[in-house]
Amino acid sequence: MENAIAWIFIFPLFGSVFVALSRYVNIKLAYPISVLSMAGALWAGVETLQQAMASPNHEISYLLGGWTLDLYPRGVGIEFRADLLASMIALIVLGVGLLVTVYSKIHVEKETPNKEAIYYSLMLLQITGLAGICLTGDAFNLYVLIEVAALTGYGLIAMGSNRAAAATYNYLILGTIGASLYLLGVGYLYIKTGTLNMVGIREVIEANGLADSATMQVAFVLIGVGILIKMAFFPFHAWLPNAYCNAPTTTSCLLAPLVTKVMIYVMIRMVLSVFGVEFSFESTIWVSCMPWLVVIAIVCAAFLALSQREIKRMLAYLIVAEVGYMVGGVWIYNYYGLIGSIFHIISDACMTLCLFLGAGIILHKCKTTHFDGLRGLFSRMPLTMIGFFIGGFSIIGLPPTCGFFSKWYLITGGMVSGRWEYMVVLMFSTMVMVVLFFRLIERIHLAVDESGKDLGKGHGDLGLTKEQTRFDEAPLVMLVPLLVSAATVLIIGVYNQDVVNQIETFLQAYDLPKGVEYK
Amino acid sequence: MSNPIIIEDIRPLIALIAPWFGLIGIMMAGEKRANLRELITFSAASVQVAVVLSMLPLVLGGSIIEFHIWQIFSYVPMLLRVDGPGLLFALVASILWIATTLYSIGYMRGLHEHAQTRFYSFFALSLSATMGVAFSANLLTIYFFYEMLSVSTFPLVTHMQDKEARTGGRTYLGYLLFTSLCLLLPALSWCYIWLDGGHMTMDFLADTGKIGHFSETTQIVLLFLFTYGFAKAGLMPFHSWLPGAMVAPTPVSALLHAVAVVKVGVFCVYRVYADIYGTEVLSKISGEEWAMILASATILISSLIALSQDNLKRRLAFSTIGQLGYIILGAAIATDRGQGGAVLHIAMHACGKITLFFCAGAIFVATGKKYVSQLRGLGRRMPITMGAFMIGSLSVIGLPPLGGFISKWYLALGALDREAMWVVAVLLISSLLNVFYLLPVAVTAFFRSEDSEEGEEPIKEAPWPCVVPLAFTALGCFVLFFWSDALLKLAGVTP
Repeated sequence: MENAIAWIFIFPLFGSVFVALSRYVNIKLAYPISVLSMAGALWAGVETLQQAMASPNHEISYLLGGWTLDLYPRGVGIEFRADLLASMIALIVLGVGLLVTVYSKIHVEKETPNKEAIYYSLMLLQITGLAGICLTGDAFNLYVLIEVAALTGYGLIAMGSNRAAAATYNYLILGTIGASLYLLGVGYLYIKTGTLNMVGIREVIEANGLADSATMQVAFVLIGVGILIKMAFFPFHAWLPNAYCNAPTTTSCLLAPLVTKVMIYVMIRMVLSVFGVEFSFESTIWVSCMPWLVVIAIVCAAFLALSQREIKRMLAYLIVAEVGYMVGGVWIYNYYGLIGSIFHIISDACMTLCLFLGAGIILHKCKTTHFDGLRGLFSRMPLTMIGFFIGGFSIIGLPPTCGFFSKWYLITGGMVSGRWEYMVVLMFSTMVMVVLFFRLIERIHLAVDESGKDLGKGHGDLGLTKEQTRFDEAPLVMLVPLLVSAATVLIIGVYNQDVVNQIETFLQAYDLPKGVEYK
Repeated sequence: MSNPIIIEDIRPLIALIAPWFGLIGIMMAGEKRANLRELITFSAASVQVAVVLSMLPLVLGGSIIEFHIWQIFSYVPMLLRVDGPGLLFALVASILWIATTLYSIGYMRGLHEHAQTRFYSFFALSLSATMGVAFSANLLTIYFFYEMLSVSTFPLVTHMQDKEARTGGRTYLGYLLFTSLCLLLPALSWCYIWLDGGHMTMDFLADTGKIGHFSETTQIVLLFLFTYGFAKAGLMPFHSWLPGAMVAPTPVSALLHAVAVVKVGVFCVYRVYADIYGTEVLSKISGEEWAMILASATILISSLIALSQDNLKRRLAFSTIGQLGYIILGAAIATDRGQGGAVLHIAMHACGKITLFFCAGAIFVATGKKYVSQLRGLGRRMPITMGAFMIGSLSVIGLPPLGGFISKWYLALGALDREAMWVVAVLLISSLLNVFYLLPVAVTAFFRSEDSEEGEEPIKEAPWPCVVPLAFTALGCFVLFFWSDALLKLAGVTP
């Protein structure tokens, strides 16, 4: 399929139109149409990745609508470029999208009655936007797609509980500030280089030696800060926990694994492909200060996560900490750090998905995700809990889950570039994750309440009625996506070298330090 | 064994996977078909023992069995390799698994314990991880199984699910995961990045001594990171998890905290000393002296603490910490006989200490007593149990004709080989301390009369599934003494 990359957008885009129209025919059609269009998009994503791997320079360029790039440097046009990084992240976006769509059936009917059509329509548009962010080759189109994703995101979040509106407003303000800063930066870039095409911008920077230009520095800072706000990097994280906790369950399942990770992809794209390695790392002070900001970010996020007593909130702060990991991986300016960062985008998307799907099931069955309501969940829903904890073990970084491997590369990167502060903070947050997840296991497993009072009559009696501990597994539409995502966490771990090889092929084009022989 | 023949064979993997099949069977059988469930555990354990035994002739014949499972990184395979020390450890662990299974039936049913299915399931998982550690061929493989063991034993340690279990479980995981994730993991990545231009395998056979390419400071720092990173070895100050984990049911304490878990720790340390550093490098950086001092300190301090413990299981736990110190000491002595003695001590101490734990559990099942001071006159009521306790104590102390003597003998010989007289002194002093804290238990039981008013109570042993295993392991202490040739050969020492 030569046009696979276009089909990635055609499926969900037109799917969303049909879903929106379906309410006039039969609202029951909304779910199957969404699932089918996502399945189609996923197929196109796989096809794109294969094409990118097969092509000689490991990327495919697709000019939408036949807009040419003949004008120097690379004119104005709608170019979609799928190199290995872009197509891998896009594939993850589509895979997560499909799983969440399958999962959403019961939640959407229950939480947003009579609005299914609109909900699914927005969801498909959201995925279109996110996949577009990954694949676009144009800095301005990127802005448009960020806004597509953000606006649909506001809609999806606002459909949640009563407090969702306020959370959405908060998100809207911060998100808009971030996007505006980004747009401003792109404006500066256009003034200076006369092009909006990503490759074109870099070619001009290199050809004209713009590295020292103050305009470029300003553009870099504007774009960088804009992206940091959008990815909820501490201290710009304020919008995230409320937005994800008050949103409908499926919204948080979709947004949590994807939005922040895709924005990190954008950062990597900007740093490597648009501004270029030399400009980003050598001509700016970000390399020297960002790792320290990351340290602050991870420590604060870890403490915030520790102080939560509700699974979803805890996970939201975990995401903020994980964002710190990935940002750090980029700014320690090192080959291994970047491998770790990119690998972590992929693995973190899978494990966060796993955890949020699990939290959704817990919410569905127990009506609460507060820590106090977890006792005895293992005997009730063993499979769900196994899936949930595979995600948890991956976040901790226990082998052979994929979380171990991303952490391995990040630690390696920190060591090779001599950024010990980053390495130490990784260790620290790993221990925090251990506390977070084994505390959950304790809450589920032990007959002790938080203050240490024994409940029940001893001998493993959890002080629950028979009904509360009877086997009562989640419905299949929810269980299967959870188990698939848990299996993905393990499979990516087992086949980590296949993923890393692609990342390495991608990074070969860039001149990154690999560290020195150490004695 | 200068040029061992390498045989590709799937048997190590079978030994590793047998418990997994056991796990599935155990879960399917469940609480309602308890007899079937125990039968499945037995079959899994028997398969494991049979497979491990079937490899014995090959390894004794000087071959090495390898099996490649998976490529962890492009340059590090997950490779299983059966060599002498590994086989010895696997043999001990799997045979004692059978004994422990029989014992658990008596113990768990005798006390009407809850969640026995969970108990047997995670037990099987832990044994799989133990086999993995025993058969690992490189450092990363061993790390994977090490972590698997930490996680899979957590439900066993917190089996009672009460407040005490929570405290014990927290200490257990806190120590083990902190050390493995914060000390071991950086040390591992350090080695893997910088040795051999980043393409290091850290193989136990091929890469011995390559760590010597680092500067001396780095080597010493790494040595400490490894020694403390494998905190399952219980080296002070990272030992507190072991007494904490004694809240677990006694079969868990017996197999995991006298045999599998702690021995996994010391076995890893042994691998690092003997097969990553190697004798030469270790003595060049004089890292072994540091390790010997730490191990000796652990031995003496823990023995002194054991003296003051009234809770029998806690006393045994501190005794274990001391005995683990012997193994680390032996590995650090860096002579062939010393390291052989260390490997032998894994087997000898396992047999002796599991007997003691079995006895402690049997006493608890039969009488509900947990404290040493309560044991007066018990020897007359439970002659077999207390007799076995006596034998186990003597073996741990290291008297002939019991297994414990042989390993201590070789440890002492190893120390003499490098003319470290103070090590011999430590061994003697600590043996004396062993006498002080172990013998009084048996002596109180046999020679002090019970102070109950009802006079002599009739003989009342624990249920037979408890008694048979402890008699079996007590006999094992003799067997290990008289048939130690094969073990000596596996451990690589020439008598």
